[in-house]
Amino acid sequence: MPIQRRKFVAAVGAGAIVSTAGCSSTNDGGDGGDGGGGDGTGGNGTDGGSAAESVGVAGETLTLTTTTSTYDTGLLDEIHSDFEEMYGVTVDAVAQGTGAALETARNGDSDIVMVHARGLEDEFMRNGYGINRRDLMFNDFVIVGPESDPAGIQGMGSATEALTAIADAQAQFVSRGDNSGTHTKELNLWEAAGTDPGGDWYQETGTGMGEALNIANQQGAYTLSDRGTFISQRSEIDLTILVQGPIEGGPEILANPYGVMAVNPGVHENANYDLAMAYIGWITSPGVQNAISEYQVNGEQLFFPEAVSEDPDFQQYVPEGWSSDDSDS
Amino acid sequence: MPIEPVAQLAPALLDSGAGPASLFGASFREGYVGSIIAVSLYVSLTAVALSTLVSVPAAVAIGLTEFPGKGFVKSVVNTGMGFPSVVVGLVVLFAVSNQGPLGSLELIFTREAMIMSQFVLATPPITAISLAAVSGVDDGVRDAARVLGGTRIDVALVVIKEARYGIATAVLAGFGRAVSEVGSVLIVGGNITSADGISKTRTLTTAIQLEARQGRYETAMILGAVLVALVLTVNAVVVRFGDRGVAG
Repeated sequence: MPIQRRKFVAAVGAGAIVSTAGCSSTNDGGDGGDGGGGDGTGGNGTDGGSAAESVGVAGETLTLTTTTSTYDTGLLDEIHSDFEEMYGVTVDAVAQGTGAALETARNGDSDIVMVHARGLEDEFMRNGYGINRRDLMFNDFVIVGPESDPAGIQGMGSATEALTAIADAQAQFVSRGDNSGTHTKELNLWEAAGTDPGGDWYQETGTGMGEALNIANQQGAYTLSDRGTFISQRSEIDLTILVQGPIEGGPEILANPYGVMAVNPGVHENANYDLAMAYIGWITSPGVQNAISEYQVNGEQLFFPEAVSEDPDFQQYVPEGWSSDDSDS
Repeated sequence: MPIEPVAQLAPALLDSGAGPASLFGASFREGYVGSIIAVSLYVSLTAVALSTLVSVPAAVAIGLTEFPGKGFVKSVVNTGMGFPSVVVGLVVLFAVSNQGPLGSLELIFTREAMIMSQFVLATPPITAISLAAVSGVDDGVRDAARVLGGTRIDVALVVIKEARYGIATAVLAGFGRAVSEVGSVLIVGGNITSADGISKTRTLTTAIQLEARQGRYETAMILGAVLVALVLTVNAVVVRFGDRGVAG
């Protein structure tokens, strides 16, 4: 009996070590790879500062909530290592829809947001949660569908006419239905087309862009996609671009601008504001803007930088249409 | 004594976590697969070890005593087995979010938050199955231990020894539940890797979800096969230790 009791104590001890190691590894953002806190490495949570002692932010972690379209295209992984090396920090990129990314930031759970729905961004800023917004880059939306094109929208110069044609033909249409930037754009387009979509042909999937493209692909349906995700996924699916966005001469209404904003430290004092501003400064710098324009998938450029310009553009810092005259509204 | 192998094996398995750059022809970045396996094992094994430390004593205590409302407690535990993982994820999210009661600990998007949600998910099945195993131990064994002068703890240990196969099954069921769920770890963990492709909070399940989202079904299937192999391995190890426990 005593032997077994000792065994039990040993087991309890081992369990306790695993659990304490887990706790002490909370700050080791830099070495996420050896997640094996159980082998004792979890104790060195403070060694992150060795990378750059002179910089005050070294060893810290920047939590960035962003959209699936920036993440799934691989852009962020491509450019972030440069920032991480420069400051000796870690960037935790969490890919959500635009709505969810803003909500996470609203709760104070992220330090910075990079999204693409100006209306939602403006609301976020007007409510005081976000500050120092910068225009970052753009690409465009395209209407994709099966090559057979049952609604006959191929080559249409107007996105709203194309949607009206789809609705009239009751052709299958897949909607993101997830409060993302793309979903917001799609709803704006339906509104501009004066059509209230509904019925068997209109499906809200509640999924990310890639999944929505997969579903549209399998059902031979139309959908609205950002060009970047479509290009990065084109080799996996049979859909084709039927209505082009402004990058290829399509209507301006299909433009897809991305913005980046810091979480207001006046609202959430735990937000890592210093690092967020360092990130905004870095990603809007000429060097990184250049890296964004050079990023290609399948030989095509996905994002077009727009942070660097000779001319002033004050609207990027404030909600659209804001002017000092209505500042007290 | 199924707790011991599970807890002590964690480091050993994690050390071998460095994976190949390509697996069955699918290309992954250096260390990517190894790191998501390591995170999966670290999170799920820790959660199950903690759950076991709570569940087995609780199951023994409930199983060996008679009290009013025992049936109610049992049905609460059984209901817990059916908790949807997304709901657990949401509850843990509210708890660890900056606005929540644990917000000051800054646990959101960390492995520790994932351990919390898997702990909540794994505890009910481990408790319920252990309870069934403990209840199934012959009363004569208990009485014999008591007659021989055993303390309450001695009696409990004898009962645990008799019920060890059932308890091992309970722990494996808990591990299976923890390692295979995707809903809660996605919400509280955020599916994060660093820019060089080393997982921080990405597990096999959330990696599969990410691949499927991007239409890379073959890659998703390969990761699925890795997950199944991992569960098989853990099962085999636990069963083997259980047998050796009998021989010793």
